[in-house]
Amino acid sequence: MLGTGLLVFREVLEAALIVSIVFAATRGVPGRGRWVGGGIVAGVVGAIVVALFASSIAAAVSGMGQELFNASILLAAVAMIGWHAIWMASHGKELATQMKSVGSAVQSGSRPLSALLIVVAIAVLREGSEAVLFLYGQAASGAGAGEIVGGIALGVVGGVAVGFLLYFGLLGIPMRYFFSATNWLMLLLAAGLASQAARFLIQADILPSLGNRIWDSSAILSDHSYIGQALHTLIGYDARPAGMQLLFYIVTAIAIAIGMRLWGQVGRPVPRPGIPA
Amino acid sequence: MLRAAAIAVSLLLTFSAYAQDFEAHLIIREHKFEPAELTVPAGKKIKLLVENQDTTPEEFESNELNREKIVVGKGTITVLLGPLDAGRYPFFGDFHQETAQGVLVVR
Repeated sequence: MLGTGLLVFREVLEAALIVSIVFAATRGVPGRGRWVGGGIVAGVVGAIVVALFASSIAAAVSGMGQELFNASILLAAVAMIGWHAIWMASHGKELATQMKSVGSAVQSGSRPLSALLIVVAIAVLREGSEAVLFLYGQAASGAGAGEIVGGIALGVVGGVAVGFLLYFGLLGIPMRYFFSATNWLMLLLAAGLASQAARFLIQADILPSLGNRIWDSSAILSDHSYIGQALHTLIGYDARPAGMQLLFYIVTAIAIAIGMRLWGQVGRPVPRPGIPA
Repeated sequence: MLRAAAIAVSLLLTFSAYAQDFEAHLIIREHKFEPAELTVPAGKKIKLLVENQDTTPEEFESNELNREKIVVGKGTITVLLGPLDAGRYPFFGDFHQETAQGVLVVR
């Protein structure tokens, strides 16, 4: 049960960290629980569907379907985070002022919450489909129901607990800095996801690696340790990154930062009915 | 028709791209890799075929090779590698790490 629980924990942890950042970034938005919850449900359903079709996905595009699928959904998540981060940069100050004056009665306006629903769904789908395949294997090789249910419970409770820790940790950030902090976290998250997408495109031999390993910090912090894995999810840490991964990371980070700066300075106030200015 | 042509072209491209590369085979049986140590040449592109003879899924993974790919029960995947420098590159089956351990020896 412990072995099953640990593997489920690793998968749940990655998804939970992303969900926590998204949940923090949407602080004070009414109905955000529904959006994030919807993303989680869509992700779980998607994970089961992807696991069911795993062999067709793998066989597609001359056997490189898995890599292309992963790279595509990762890049879709990057685009969604980028869109949201830039939107937030142009409305964040206004949101923070309103939260101080009227508590949680902040309107989301035209805020692209659907973009974040997609990000949550993709995070859950990616990690969840691996967990589903693993659990299916456990069941097929004769593990008892108790072992499997116990393992899932252990892994999910553990992963979600770490997610909550991160969330409440983030809530400790003073309100003046809160949205710029979550926005930078989202930027690093997007850069890390772009680097992972590059890894899959190198794996499929679609892009050159530009150097198999630019550095090797696995002796200091291994990708497989829990901290290494958490940092891998949060900021895209990779103990042995390929050159193309770094390029994707840097280009994504710079593109979102420039977008935030360009639109952030415009920052035109949006009239909000019912809330005194 | 268009689809058939696209498939033909992609098959041709795949074939021509890998015709001169080194092909290696790896089998997963009872959650173990066979052979557990596989030798391939340095400086060449490698097409590694991983055949899973078990009925359960496995994930071929290697931190050193920077690869991770699911292989379903009774399925075969292609893992493209290299060109690699000489050395030892451990890999493992993520779903059965106690038994599924192997090394790619590049020389």
